Amino acid sequence: MAPVLRIDAVTKRFGAVVAVDDVSIDIGANECVALLGASGCGKTTLLRIMAGLEQPDSGRVFIGDDDVTAAPPYARPVNMMFQSYALFPHMTVHENVAFGLKQDGIKGAELTVRADEALKAVELGDLGARKPHQLSGGQRQRVALARCIAKRPRVLLLDEPMAALDKHLRERTQLELLALRKRLGISFVVVTHDQGEAMAMADRVAVMENGRILQLAPPRDLYERPANIQVARFFGDINVWNGVARSDGAVEIAHLGITVAVDGKHVPGESVAVALRPERIAVAPVGGPGLRGRIEDLVYLGSGTTYFVRTPLGGVVRVLAPNTGTPFAHGESVTLTWPAAALMVLAP
Amino acid sequence: MTSAVRRRFVLAIPWLWVTLVLFAPLLLVLKISFATAQISVPPYSEFFARTDGVIVGIQATLANYALMFSDALYVKAYLGSVKIAAISTVIALLLGYPMAYAIARARPERRGLLLVLVMLPFWTSFLVRIYAWQTLLRPTGLINSALETLGLIDAPLRMLNTPGAVCLGIVYAYLPFMVLPLYARLEKLDPALLEAAADLGAKPWRAFLSVTLPLSLPGVLAGCLLVFIPAVGEYVIPELMGGPDTLMIGKILWTEFFNNRDWPLASAVTVILLIVLVAPIMLFQAVQARASRSP
Repeated sequence: MAPVLRIDAVTKRFGAVVAVDDVSIDIGANECVALLGASGCGKTTLLRIMAGLEQPDSGRVFIGDDDVTAAPPYARPVNMMFQSYALFPHMTVHENVAFGLKQDGIKGAELTVRADEALKAVELGDLGARKPHQLSGGQRQRVALARCIAKRPRVLLLDEPMAALDKHLRERTQLELLALRKRLGISFVVVTHDQGEAMAMADRVAVMENGRILQLAPPRDLYERPANIQVARFFGDINVWNGVARSDGAVEIAHLGITVAVDGKHVPGESVAVALRPERIAVAPVGGPGLRGRIEDLVYLGSGTTYFVRTPLGGVVRVLAPNTGTPFAHGESVTLTWPAAALMVLAP
Repeated sequence: MTSAVRRRFVLAIPWLWVTLVLFAPLLLVLKISFATAQISVPPYSEFFARTDGVIVGIQATLANYALMFSDALYVKAYLGSVKIAAISTVIALLLGYPMAYAIARARPERRGLLLVLVMLPFWTSFLVRIYAWQTLLRPTGLINSALETLGLIDAPLRMLNTPGAVCLGIVYAYLPFMVLPLYARLEKLDPALLEAAADLGAKPWRAFLSVTLPLSLPGVLAGCLLVFIPAVGEYVIPELMGGPDTLMIGKILWTEFFNNRDWPLASAVTVILLIVLVAPIMLFQAVQARASRSP
């Protein structure tokens, strides 16, 4: 199926800073794509280029088959939910939602019906007469959302939609947004700096750094098969070891004193990075095969405990173990094991 | 001192100031407006009738007020003042709004400089600047001689000593009072609101009319009042740039007070002027109070 929104080799500079560097991305119909990255990585600029609020220096933007690169924001069938919500303070909730419809020439009964419909969709049907300053943060976010979906855009652009909400409300809102998207059948592009939010909401996540997309993949792939160390580090804690490929195909990790078999064809002598998630490592009392070590430090986290295990050759391995069996103590000697499939070989 | 006492003490200072410089003189003016003019020092009759230093009654007259409604001159002067002030205010608004908007949208490091430029005329004497306008506008002035040299006109245009010149002088003198409150309001306007309007399909002009303008309305009102109120009572500009046909209440006031030495009548003119001007202030207050309830 043809993409709803296509960004083709777009570059945007602000003075000497390259905010978006030759980025291409397709947003499919009914798809939710998250743009994930630290502040200043170019994710918001990319979103604003999609909305038409920024003009790219080069590259093209398509909505459906139409080239909208030069089209002003008011002529694009996409709508943006601003991080600050940008509700009009002098208008009531209903007037805010009706504003965009009025610009399309919708009048009279249809205007009221469609604005009411949008408010009902976000469960604010009875607050239409309020002014934005009389609403809570969560309600304001819903008004901003209703204002966008009333226009029935092809793509809804969300700039840090949860940033102003407290943690409790955030999870609920994520689920509601997903349900709403299914019901309305519109594509979402979500800008966020929170990898948990990106993974919870998006079908695909674009991890961005320095204006470039490091990897664009479904959340599971990003976590389990990251393209490089930066992406791997972005999604939670990880052990990264430098190793050297041997002639038999295994990789030797010198500072741990171990050799691991990895799936991957490497030139003998080539240096590679091997990554392993802390929760894939099992801790057991000494005995049996595995990597030996001593617990140097531990952090109790409630559902689990993070152990920092020092191996005889000096390397430290980070392990996250569930708090089910007998806990291990400071200074205790342990054996670490992991399934071979848990090892990820990354470009160093 | 307890904090309550301290708070009352702090509040006492502005109250004392307002009482001394506003209410006390106002009460004096009010008192004089009920007196009759006479040749004495001070040149009006006593408010209290005394016998051997004991107050036995008050001697007040409404004749001064009655005169103002019976003599068409005063009504015409009030209306003339309000008309010239209103026209000047509208022109100042039309000039000041784009200026304030441009400054508010300028790069932050440029805004300070632009604001200083707006206020720069204040750094020289007001009178000197009005005299400068005279040399520009008079029949032998710079503008007329330039136009004659270019062959665009045969005889000098009458620009000075016209109501137009008075409006020009008022707009010129009070424009900063229009620009500053408008700037303060427009500068606070969140640019995301205009982006949201555009995103929702509003073309720039519609976004301005439905978002920028209504949100800057308190600034428009403040600016208009800051220009309109002093312009109504303006004396110097109509005196120096107006003609015999420019009838303004400030000039009447001056004539009554200094030329005719009729203090009671001058006081009555002032009291009526005050009442004329309090109405828009009350309106402004009401609007401000409503605006402060919605941020």
